[in-house]
Amino acid sequence: MSTQSPDTQTESETDPQAERLERKEERAEEAASSATETAEDTVELKVFRYDPEIADKQEPRFDTFHVPRKQGMTVLDALMHARDHFDSSLTFRHSCRQAVCGSDALFINGSQRLGCQTQIQDLNNSDTVRVEPLPHADVVKDLVVEMEHFYDQMESVEPYFSPNEEPEGEQLQSRENREKIKMSTRCIWCGACMSSCNIAAGDNEYLGPAAINKAYRFYFDDREGDDRQQERLEIIEQEHGVWRCQTQFSCTTVCPKDIPLTEHIQELKREAVKSNLKFW
Amino acid sequence: MYEHDVLVVGAGGAGLRAAIAAHEEGADVALVTKLHPVRSHTGAAEGGINAALRNGDSWQDHAYDTMKGSDYLGDAPAVETLAQDAPENVIQLENWGMPFSREDDGRVSQRPFGGLSFPRTTYAGAETGHHLLHTLYEQVVKRGIEVYDEWYVTNLAVTDEDDPNERSCHGIVGYDVQTGELAGFHANDGVILATGGMGQVFDHTTNAVANTGDGVAMAYRAGVPMEDMEFIQFHPTTLPSTGVLISEGVRGEGGILYNTEGERFMFEYGYATNDGELASRDVVARAELTEVNEGRGFEDEYVMLDMRHLGEERILDRLENILHLAEDFEGVDGLEEPMPVKPGHHYAMGGIETNEHGQTCIDGLYAVGECACVSVHGGNRLGGNALPELIVFGKRAGSHAAGRDFGEPKIQTGKPANPELEDIDTTASLGTVGDDEAAADGGLAAADPETVVNAAVEREDDRITRLLEKDEGTQHAEIRSDIQKTMTANVNVFREEDALEETLHDIRDARERYEDVYVADKSRTFNTDLQHTLETRNILDIAEALTMGALARDEFRGAHWRKEHQERKDDEWLKHTMVSWNDGEPELWYRPVILDGENKTYEPKERSY
Ligand SMILES: Cc1cc2nc3c(=O)[nH]c(=O)nc-3n(C[C@H](O)[C@H](O)[C@H](O)COP(=O)(O)OP(=O)(O)OC[C@H]3O[C@@H](n4cnc5c(N)ncnc54)[C@H](O)[C@@H]3O)c2cc1C
Ligand code: SF4
Ligand code: FES
Repeated sequence: MSTQSPDTQTESETDPQAERLERKEERAEEAASSATETAEDTVELKVFRYDPEIADKQEPRFDTFHVPRKQGMTVLDALMHARDHFDSSLTFRHSCRQAVCGSDALFINGSQRLGCQTQIQDLNNSDTVRVEPLPHADVVKDLVVEMEHFYDQMESVEPYFSPNEEPEGEQLQSRENREKIKMSTRCIWCGACMSSCNIAAGDNEYLGPAAINKAYRFYFDDREGDDRQQERLEIIEQEHGVWRCQTQFSCTTVCPKDIPLTEHIQELKREAVKSNLKFW
Repeated sequence: MYEHDVLVVGAGGAGLRAAIAAHEEGADVALVTKLHPVRSHTGAAEGGINAALRNGDSWQDHAYDTMKGSDYLGDAPAVETLAQDAPENVIQLENWGMPFSREDDGRVSQRPFGGLSFPRTTYAGAETGHHLLHTLYEQVVKRGIEVYDEWYVTNLAVTDEDDPNERSCHGIVGYDVQTGELAGFHANDGVILATGGMGQVFDHTTNAVANTGDGVAMAYRAGVPMEDMEFIQFHPTTLPSTGVLISEGVRGEGGILYNTEGERFMFEYGYATNDGELASRDVVARAELTEVNEGRGFEDEYVMLDMRHLGEERILDRLENILHLAEDFEGVDGLEEPMPVKPGHHYAMGGIETNEHGQTCIDGLYAVGECACVSVHGGNRLGGNALPELIVFGKRAGSHAAGRDFGEPKIQTGKPANPELEDIDTTASLGTVGDDEAAADGGLAAADPETVVNAAVEREDDRITRLLEKDEGTQHAEIRSDIQKTMTANVNVFREEDALEETLHDIRDARERYEDVYVADKSRTFNTDLQHTLETRNILDIAEALTMGALARDEFRGAHWRKEHQERKDDEWLKHTMVSWNDGEPELWYRPVILDGENKTYEPKERSY
């Protein structure tokens, strides 16, 4: 067979793609006209606003936008619509729109979620959507919060592979070992867990669920070796480490990547106990 | 003014790899990036990364598959470098801890991908890019490399000799998104552009919102030619509602495509009887649209991709991420139902012209990753070939900028003295409108580097101040959306002369409206309105060059299909389209493709899948 695609064989007068697009437009128009007949269907979006620089935005407030409802609409879609059609100064972080970049973690109807991953129709009250910046972080502007503290905590657990010996060539790793660390490697650094954690809110030095999970990822990776494992344990066992966790599960509940954070923290506590036993 | 030896703009896979290499070479290197590194779009890559690692495979075979896949528009020296260097680079990633999927014996797993003669795609579940990005960022943290994150680079500081080949780049102009500070960054040894894709030129794309082609547009206006811009890859399996990608891994593992008649059309309608669903992406994308156009599509829009028969265990082991994507973004449970898919913009094969060391024609300016065109993908990129490009050429550019000698390059860059010029047959006016020089390059010829950087900062300061001081006018979002629509309607998978011409008129119209653009948000704090307005300017320049290339190339090659020209014309078209910014007027010319490699001369053959 050649690469020639069969569309060359259809010698119709009008272009099939154009026809198809027309049909689609017709359908959309139909849908739109039937929608206007049955009352305006909009979502009420209540968005937190704050800008330290602009006089009438220095006092935090909520703005309300009425965004036309579309099937499959996410909170991020609604925010983008409001920004592009009503107020271009509305500010939030976003990029991938597919739950991998971690930049649009927000406080939506009272819980930490990714805007792009949250379908409006799935929310408990889907008529009014309330969007606020992540709690327990300084607000830079509107929905944008300061992430520096989160990054600092992540970096404090030495989040990089550092084996005892420089490997030569391909290292082997068992499927089981990869499976063991798999969930922990999925973190997208969105900060939702940290924002949901009461302990982190009260203790600024607490490593927090994401950083401890990062430590877990390396601690259980067999390729690093025993000495390094011991050093990693020391990092997470410090005063503001794993022992601060009071197993409230809020981090596990909000994690958009379904990482069993609380369980990982508990497992590291058990490792710490085991290793201490060795020295006693 | 900030100062470093090497400045890397962009912190996706390509930028991070370049920074690590420059650091290893002993340079003081910094990353300047508009997103925090882990937010880069490399994190979205799913399927895998190609490398000839095993017995029975060889770099020569990888190079051959790539040349053939490119429809003989790749440059052999670049393609061979990719294939030769990929294995050690992939093993390097493994050594840095990247959690690849594993075989029973503990080795890194490999799977089949479209257009490959050997299953040489290594992967980490269906989230290879996420792991690659994080692994590289971890190494950057380990080395203490400086990162300026949420700094938007608005322009390059390049001297303004008449001939772009004589210009040199001394740094960049950065805008701190958080504070609104505009600052010069002076690079002693080199600036490496690694700003990624340009998907925002289209409205149905797998690319992130941040992929606005900034690096390509900045290099273009500074005098570097854009190469093969018409070659856009449309991925056959994107979710209809959002453009979110369903990895080729699904077809690699045995997923099947069917139409409303329940037919497995890749075989039954003979689009690719040998390879079926695993034919090259361009072939599958055209097949799907043809099915839809002929009335065998669902809701006149998409076809179905089914992986249920693979079984829950295999899906969970290798494609789990796909289940989440289908569920979150289309409301479909991939274990129970087939997934709706249609072609969408995915990847730019073209970009900033470079040689195999990552150098552009401007001294001290490099480009790597998706923004660059070292020309490994030619007319069509094979799945799994972009990620090795990031690390292979990222590493080379980083080392070269920091002083390593790789010898004479085999690929030439820059417009030669007597290029084969082409006048585009269009009634639309092209290029800048009115007095638009603030966005063009410039600086002072032969001045000392810091003066050049300062002059560039001043120009950008003027441009931004103008945008912020203007009280009313047009908003960028309207212009951006109009461009995306015309590009999607007219410069998509199927292309026709009249429609292309119409797009050039639309772009002209948009340029005129951009003259009147203003930024409503007057705050200096986290002003995304301003940032997006600057990006939209870049989208305009890129859309124009892309459409010019598509209009000029009157043949059917790789991903570029022209209604009026249904054959590959090797006599005339074994050459790259190049577009240069000639004082604000785009100029189109050609450069012959290099088919002579170290391994062999790649004789064009018909691509048959
Ligand atoms: C959904 C998807 C799946 C894919 N799957 C695969 C796959 O399985 N295998 C494969 O080989 N390829 C795949 N690709 C292609 C491949 O992932 C991309 O080509 C590649 O990741 C691009 O990497 P990059 O480093 O060039 O750019 P990016 O990762 O996009 O990084 C760009 C960087 O530049 C920065 N930047 C941009 N503009 C500016 C500016 N003006 N100032 C400062 N910083 C700036 C950004 O902040 C970012 O850090 C996929 C692509 C997509 C979209
Ligand atoms: S662990 Fe989950 S919630 Fe926490 S930062 Fe990572 S992805 Fe976000
Ligand atoms: S936009 Fe990237 S996670 Fe939501």
